[in-house]
Amino acid sequence: MSGPPSSRKIRVVVAKPGLDGHDRGAKIIARALRDAGMEVIYTGLHQTPEQIVETVLQEDADAVGLSILSGAHMTLVPRVVSLLRDQQADDVVVTVGGTIPADDIPELKRLGVAEVFTPGAPTQAIIDFIRQAVPPGHSA
Amino acid sequence: MATEPREASEQEAWERAYAQSRERRSPFQTLSGEPVEALYTERDLPPDPGHAIGYPGQPPFTRGVYPSMYRGRLWTMRQFAGFGTAEETNRRFRYLLDHGQTGLSTAFDMPSLMGLDSDHPRSLGEVGREGVAVDTLEDMETLFGGIPLGEVSVSMTINAPAAIMLAFYVVAAERQGVGPERLSGTIQTDILKEYIAQKEWCFPIDPAMRLVGDMIEWCSEHMPRWHPVSISGYHIREAGATAAQELAFTLKDGLTYVEQAVQRGLDVDDFAPRLSFFFNAHIDFFEEIAKYRAARRIWARELRETFGARDPRSWLMRFHTQTAGVSLTAQQPLNNIVRTAIEALAAVLGGTQSLHTNSFDEALALPTEEAVRVALRTQQIIAHETGVTNTIDPLGGAYFVEALTDRMEGRAYDYFAKIDELGGMVEAIKANFPQREIAEAAFEHQSQVDAGERIVVGVNDYRHEDEQLPSLLHIDPALERKQVDRVRAVRSRRDPEAAEQALGALREAAAHPGRNLMPGLLDAARAQATEGEMIGALQTEFGTYTETPVF
Repeated sequence: MSGPPSSRKIRVVVAKPGLDGHDRGAKIIARALRDAGMEVIYTGLHQTPEQIVETVLQEDADAVGLSILSGAHMTLVPRVVSLLRDQQADDVVVTVGGTIPADDIPELKRLGVAEVFTPGAPTQAIIDFIRQAVPPGHSA
Repeated sequence: MATEPREASEQEAWERAYAQSRERRSPFQTLSGEPVEALYTERDLPPDPGHAIGYPGQPPFTRGVYPSMYRGRLWTMRQFAGFGTAEETNRRFRYLLDHGQTGLSTAFDMPSLMGLDSDHPRSLGEVGREGVAVDTLEDMETLFGGIPLGEVSVSMTINAPAAIMLAFYVVAAERQGVGPERLSGTIQTDILKEYIAQKEWCFPIDPAMRLVGDMIEWCSEHMPRWHPVSISGYHIREAGATAAQELAFTLKDGLTYVEQAVQRGLDVDDFAPRLSFFFNAHIDFFEEIAKYRAARRIWARELRETFGARDPRSWLMRFHTQTAGVSLTAQQPLNNIVRTAIEALAAVLGGTQSLHTNSFDEALALPTEEAVRVALRTQQIIAHETGVTNTIDPLGGAYFVEALTDRMEGRAYDYFAKIDELGGMVEAIKANFPQREIAEAAFEHQSQVDAGERIVVGVNDYRHEDEQLPSLLHIDPALERKQVDRVRAVRSRRDPEAAEQALGALREAAAHPGRNLMPGLLDAARAQATEGEMIGALQTEFGTYTETPVF
């Protein structure tokens, strides 16, 4: 491992899977996480699960936040989670944000999503969650 | 005047009294951060109020585009709808027409907006989710089955592949025996705002602008009752823009389409009367009303003075409005009925020509029928019970409204100047200018909400634990399978040679910038080529687009 563990910042990939172009939330979160001292990589729009997982691996990210407002979360999220598992990267903390009906949340968590943030979630709650979910040895 | 010193001294007396009064802790700003004074008076009116405010149906159209406004005819109540396959949406359309709706408005699903067929691997999980899936001419015919296309006005919210959807629509009508000259309605086609805000694209900006130009040109020759572009601020606002940004970027987009069409050799009066606009109605009541009034004034001035339009119809900014989806909350969703009613009232007092009211459950999922009915009833209550339609522009001359209208106008011109410095809107978009401005405004707003400086009822204050969520519309996953089968069936049933030939001709036309692409698209629609195949053919010449995001 490189450097003293406490010097490494938390690295987060903020990703927009699927075809919807609603990126207001993703950009606000990306900036809030960056302002909170994390290293943020925003993938941009219209990413496939394969592209997202590739970015997570390349960037050696600790967490990935998936922003979905298209209703396709039950198709896209399980694919990201299972591709991460295939790559032995299932220690990466996966969070989901967007218009996710309450009924779908238990299933997403069962699949391995750490937390789901629905509309109205304060950005500080998301920052706090990532800080406590990423294993110690990181700053920010 | 003898009365003047008395009035001045009264104002001074009020100012002194106000200075000694207690003031609530509040930033006293509009939603967009424009400062608001404690009181507005005659002194805040424009120097020549008669000229700046004028009369409805007369330049500068601050008070409305028609002389009689809602005393002549109410706005069109046009609810946006679309989900699942064409069959489900066709049923929703008939439901809305049966409940007194007066025009149809089509929402397409994400794959259709991105030019992908339903059986494309990237469409998986997205088919029919946020709108209706339309892949083929057959889907378009099913969508409007039993609806006489020569009689109803139809709006289609699609941009990058707009020319393809228009081709499907024109051929579907042709097969009902209705010629393009009889079709009335609107197709959005506003590609500039896609790169700015909505982000559903198929091609790089320059060839996408050519396709828009081809469509405007073809429509000006063949579809006299059709609005080929609806220049849209709605999505710009939803992406987090302020009211002034929505106004400025939308109008600048509109002026850019006009400029392009004029450069192609069209006479401005041949197409400008059929350009229409689409704005957001957000929750800050007076700011929104001022925005619409300023928009009309700017458009009239620019078309008349900058582009030399002589036909008075070219000067008129006619617009559709939708209440702000972004203002709705997932928490305590019934409160959204109130928000939507206030926003709808602002649109009406701002003189809109048509209106969509959002359903209270839309922060959670696509709306249920019950929620859609309440939304439509909201418009009917405004129209028939409140009395606001009895007189034209009831807020005209109100000191605050006129001052805010002037302020909005000034803000828009400030942005125009910045965009011109960057080389115009296309170049400004390539430089990420509007995108960055919007991201900045969105972040600023969220920070204020997070800090509790702005209260959003039910979200950061007045919360209510143990909420009962309403029942939601669920899209049956089997619909995706059904749609995939439909598009595959069309491909196997059609004459493969005819389709291949039409797509080849389209590619050939795309390679020659001087050729209008509409005839080739119509032929491809007749030959049963799919949306994805037509987009693919154009992409072989035009290429694709990837954004460099800024946040």
